[in-house]
Amino acid sequence: MKTTTLDRAAALRADFPILARKIGGRRLVYLDNGATSQKPEPVIRTLDDYYRFHNANVHRGAHTLSEEATTLYEQARLHIARFINAPSDTQVIYTSGTTESINLVANTWGRANLGPGDEVLITEMEHHSNIVPWHILRDQLGFTLRYVPVTDDGLLDEDALDDLLTERTKLFSFIHVSNVLGTVNPAAELTARAHAVGAKVLIDGAQSVPHMPVDVQALDADFLVFSGHKMCGPTGIGVLYGKRELLEAMPPFKGGGEMIRDVKMSGSTWADLPHKFEAGTPPIAQAIGLGAAVEYLTGIGMAWVHEHEQELLAYAYPRLGEIEGLRILGPGPTRRSGLISFILDDVHPHDLAAVLDQAGVAVRAGHHCAQPLHDRFGISASARASFYLYNTPEEVDILCAALEKAQDIFAF
Amino acid sequence: MNPVILEHYKHPRRHGALAAPTVRRRDVNPFCGDEVTIDLLLANGRIEDAGFDGRGCSLSLAAASILLDNVTGRPIDAVRRMSSDDMLALLDMEIGPIRRKCALLPFSVLQACLAEEKNGHE
Ligand SMILES: Cc1ncc(COP(=O)(O)O)c(C=O)c1O
Repeated sequence: MKTTTLDRAAALRADFPILARKIGGRRLVYLDNGATSQKPEPVIRTLDDYYRFHNANVHRGAHTLSEEATTLYEQARLHIARFINAPSDTQVIYTSGTTESINLVANTWGRANLGPGDEVLITEMEHHSNIVPWHILRDQLGFTLRYVPVTDDGLLDEDALDDLLTERTKLFSFIHVSNVLGTVNPAAELTARAHAVGAKVLIDGAQSVPHMPVDVQALDADFLVFSGHKMCGPTGIGVLYGKRELLEAMPPFKGGGEMIRDVKMSGSTWADLPHKFEAGTPPIAQAIGLGAAVEYLTGIGMAWVHEHEQELLAYAYPRLGEIEGLRILGPGPTRRSGLISFILDDVHPHDLAAVLDQAGVAVRAGHHCAQPLHDRFGISASARASFYLYNTPEEVDILCAALEKAQDIFAF
Repeated sequence: MNPVILEHYKHPRRHGALAAPTVRRRDVNPFCGDEVTIDLLLANGRIEDAGFDGRGCSLSLAAASILLDNVTGRPIDAVRRMSSDDMLALLDMEIGPIRRKCALLPFSVLQACLAEEKNGHE
């Protein structure tokens, strides 16, 4: 591995105070970044500063604090827009996260555009947040929900896609990077194929935007959704990016303060983008915190983050593969992101996570909110190690040693 | 790892279905997909025999083993009065809010068995 990347990762660790924590006397090896990332000092400081010095409600009141809070809140939106190369910051809608962003699209664009005879296409590798909203809506509107199958090696079945994408398809909503398989789906190509039949495209970027450069214009995405907490930002904040003409045509999602132009007893008219979709007092500190996270990541460079994780993956994939009885889910090391889910003979993923925890290693165990995908592979749960910019090969070694220990403990 | 849990996991008591159970109930833990099925043979107001089957982590399966061992032979009414804290006390270890769901899965299946039996008689 290139020493430059490693030296940089080691230096970046100092930005994350929690990484100095000990778990049961051992150094924390945090490999649950797919669930949520840790937060760097600049983000923590931004939140602290906001509450100490600038706290006020936004877009109301003409006092100094409200002006400051509003400026910070809108500057963050601008940083986020640049981060994903959105044509305008007015196309960046603050939500509480990926889940709310998808529910927003389902309940506004979906209700206005879907009915019997229409089809929404998703894939077998979706997170529950890109399945359940469509189940709920389908039961109300009577459209058909279809799934692109996943091949045994964890890729989307592109041949099946030809038959599934038809003029009946109104929306193709897919996961950019699988939170279980690590598969990086060819988002630009999938989007072009969907557009060719006239379908709109929603890309779930929850596991891509934090880990690689994502450019909404290059992808030609109609909608892109992601969560702040997986990319060094606070919880409670996420983004819906949409093409202007779509967002403008969509009815509002929630009604209340902040999202209106004019309210009379007889009815209301809506504010312009993006505020039309931001009813009520928003998560102000969180949005500003996400702005700080995006600035932090931009400073490091998303190309570097991606490269570093690919190097960790190249190191970890064969090492894990050497462990007897360990089966890695998903594609080989070249078409995947920096996360590895696996099952270990005779050791339930929960037990594995518990033994790893005793070694200070944090991994995720369970179905990772992707039950249909686990069903597809005939398993009920798996364990997942997911990397971020501050992880090191040494931590991979600690993981592997702890896995072997778990095998010893649970051997029958 | 807690040695008692590990021992029950590797050598579970009352493992396997009963030939002619009075009630059988299965449930899953929605957080991890673990599942436990419990069979009870009820007679004379008592749990005469019990058996379980399932797939899950050491904690959920050891909890089934420990629980069924404890309740077999006891009066149904007394077992119905058991609380989840009583169940956790049987395990005698510290359990956080996430693993608690694993630890309590067999207990909730057992209580569902007894509730079903009650309804069946009313
Ligand atoms: C691929 C994917 N989509 C959606 C989500 C849901 O994100 P959130 O819980 O932040 O709304 C997650 C994270 O759990 C994810 O990994």
